[in-house]
Amino acid sequence: MPAITELHVNGGRKAVEADPDRSLLSVLRDDLGLTGAKYGCGEGQCGACTVILDGHRVRSCVTKVSAADGKPVRTIEGLADGDKLHPLQEAFLEAGALQCGYCTPGMILSALTLLEENPTPTRDEIARGMNGTICRCGTYQRIVTAVEKAAKVMKGGAK
Amino acid sequence: MNAFLDFTEPERYELFETPTWESDRREFFRIAGAGLAVALLVCRDAGAQRRGGRGGGGPREIAAWLHVGEDSKITVYTGKVEIGQNIRTSLAQAVAEELRVPFDAVRLVMADTAVTPDDGGTAGSRSTPQTASQLHRVAAAAREVLIDLAAERAKLDRGSLTVADGKVSGPGGKPSYTFGQLTEGKKLAKAVAANAPTTPPAKWTVAGRSAPKADGRAFVTGAHQYASDVRREGMLFGKVMRPPAFHAKLTAFNVNRDEVPPEVRVIRDGEFIATVAPTAHAAAKAIDAIKTKWQTVPQVSAADLFKHLKEKARAGGGGGFGGRGGRGGGNAGSVEAGLKAADKTVTATYTVAYIAHVPLEPRAAVAEWIDGKLTVWTGTQMPFRVRSELARAFNMPEDKVRVVVPDMGSGYGGKHSGEVAVEAARLAKAVGKPVKLVWTREEEFTWAYFRPAGVIDINAGAKADGALTAWEAHNYNSGGSALATPYAVPNRRTEFHATDSPLRQGSYRALASTANIFARESVMDELAHALGLDALDFRLKNLRNDRLRAVLETAAKRFGWGKEKPAAGRGFGLACGTEKGSYVASVAEVEVAKSQVRVVRVVTAFECGAVVNPDHLRNQVEGAAVMGLGGALFERIDFKDGKVLNASLTDYRVPRFRDVPILEAVLVDRKDLPSEGAGETPIVAVAPAVGNAIFAATGQRLRSLPMTPDGLGS
Repeated sequence: MPAITELHVNGGRKAVEADPDRSLLSVLRDDLGLTGAKYGCGEGQCGACTVILDGHRVRSCVTKVSAADGKPVRTIEGLADGDKLHPLQEAFLEAGALQCGYCTPGMILSALTLLEENPTPTRDEIARGMNGTICRCGTYQRIVTAVEKAAKVMKGGAK
Repeated sequence: MNAFLDFTEPERYELFETPTWESDRREFFRIAGAGLAVALLVCRDAGAQRRGGRGGGGPREIAAWLHVGEDSKITVYTGKVEIGQNIRTSLAQAVAEELRVPFDAVRLVMADTAVTPDDGGTAGSRSTPQTASQLHRVAAAAREVLIDLAAERAKLDRGSLTVADGKVSGPGGKPSYTFGQLTEGKKLAKAVAANAPTTPPAKWTVAGRSAPKADGRAFVTGAHQYASDVRREGMLFGKVMRPPAFHAKLTAFNVNRDEVPPEVRVIRDGEFIATVAPTAHAAAKAIDAIKTKWQTVPQVSAADLFKHLKEKARAGGGGGFGGRGGRGGGNAGSVEAGLKAADKTVTATYTVAYIAHVPLEPRAAVAEWIDGKLTVWTGTQMPFRVRSELARAFNMPEDKVRVVVPDMGSGYGGKHSGEVAVEAARLAKAVGKPVKLVWTREEEFTWAYFRPAGVIDINAGAKADGALTAWEAHNYNSGGSALATPYAVPNRRTEFHATDSPLRQGSYRALASTANIFARESVMDELAHALGLDALDFRLKNLRNDRLRAVLETAAKRFGWGKEKPAAGRGFGLACGTEKGSYVASVAEVEVAKSQVRVVRVVTAFECGAVVNPDHLRNQVEGAAVMGLGGALFERIDFKDGKVLNASLTDYRVPRFRDVPILEAVLVDRKDLPSEGAGETPIVAVAPAVGNAIFAATGQRLRSLPMTPDGLGS
């Protein structure tokens, strides 16, 4: 397969020159400087690398960059509207739903796709829907609260 | 009392003028510009004094300093590291309190060896009791200098001036000077005087209240740059080859050059084999093109671990983690006589497995050499220790090495060492370009270090009325901290036994106290059951320590202990302990169904003196409970012949959303007591509370951590 030469990221087209076997995560981070997505395990187990590819959350550490060819990619850097934070970002800050913050971008993007599928989840549904993302600092209870708060603000509408 | 408490010894702070101080003085203004600089001087090697009790006549060094610029900006320089414990916020609150400004008017420069003082690293829950109290003094002294400057300028009595909102003002608000107006054109340096008055916690208005996480916005937008996010011009990526097992020896090495592209460098220095490439992918691929053979040696495996630890125990203890016998307990009376006098006795062996810290950000470093000087950006709790490691590794003076630690993707005691920094620096030196090295999760699980495994033997006895008569406790390998019982026992003996650890071990959140309190609080439960007494009543009968009693009673009350009855298949358990100057009690409810244990609810009451930031403290207590559940129920390193068998997040289970019970953190705020650390102690009572609850639900006493890696009955 030829090298990947362009990615559609956060609404823009970015030129790259990447071996198609490389992970989407490494191209986003190392070639495009979008370091909000994190390496946590390389196994697709922790969710720190979560980005939204063609409307679905993916583990970018186990997603080859070739899979993103021609498809829209959304990263944490594309979430706020200029200086205005997304309701999920606001809710994480309000709920104090982070300690070291390393899992936060992946958590927020996971929550975004969860709320797109289920705009009014119960706490239990949030916990089940987010179970693939790890917060080693253990702020889970606060994250559930943050997602609940954001859901109310978004009223099923905000993107 | 906590043996570490003498570290701050305020009477040692004094005005001190020496040539060293003069050069420091020049250095302050070079780094921060003109204005006012206030530094806190402490005796060098306070740690050695703490351990050996040497006199206080040694040289002084700077513990922390702050600067008030001509633009009124307040900047604190501290060697401490932000790991997620939110000291960037709480230390700013301490300074803001004394300078009478909002907390976000204070900026912290942290953990950069070129500009911040060496204060021994970020460990042992010392940042709040030590650094925050120092910064209160430094900031209070700065405030007094600003008042002096204003009094001089306004020709008013200093007693008539007030400091508020970043200004010093006279009666009725006139005249009024900003800090910048007072420091403009000056290069004024002060060392903290012993009598600098600080604001008592009862009068705090900035500290003592919840403040949001400093720089929180950068974390939720992905803008914050962790060490693993640092990028330098021309930077390449490294990958290190690891042996197939611990202590393996290299016997053959061959590179198939056809498989290595020209832009990839292969580096070999003895047994250090690595690649450097334009992408991490290419570096990893090239490692696969290197053919090596290794000779492995038979080693102790998990199945034989506890037997091995006891067999290799060295008489007399000492060394290792926490020294002999545990702190503060002492031996007294005759355990033999106490056991004879008892109506019920318990003799039990408890064990804890090796576990991994699993910081979500693995070890990472970016190294850059310029003109013989080395700079490394890395995630470590010990920036100055890592600087020393680097200086030794390259045989160069420490002042040619700079270590910068961006706010880290957590540590939990697991990032005290600098292997990744040394490796990245070796590669950068070899290729003459900046190199980034990020350990894989498998490397992190294998080549870092573990929380020590341990064996704890306890012999205990009590009279029928519940009065303890004897307590004997031995810890093999995992440490002596909190091995001594806080309960009143006339006959007691505790001993720590250093032994041979098959795996590399090191610090961990609350380290040995988690193991020792698990064993002690479980045996207390065993005794209460043997005596037919309520677990809370039995503890309170033997507990003279008011602070520990208070958290135990608070947690029990909030939980509804003695009032609520568990539903079918459920059980309640409680435990308490003290460590590093703070006090904690946890009460747990568990449900057991089809051999699976689910923790339903954990109430934790915690007291660490005057609370600095209630919301962040609650966050620490809740997070510690979650981490504690992992170690309690399912975390363990499995290993055989020098190989870790579960070096992945697929195979090593950490707590996830669905494992998390309802968590309630109740803070006992003691404004009459100095603030203590809170990042570690809240973890210690979780495992025994859960274990005791499992016993209440099932009648099964689980004496090994983790208790249910494969469910009950395994």
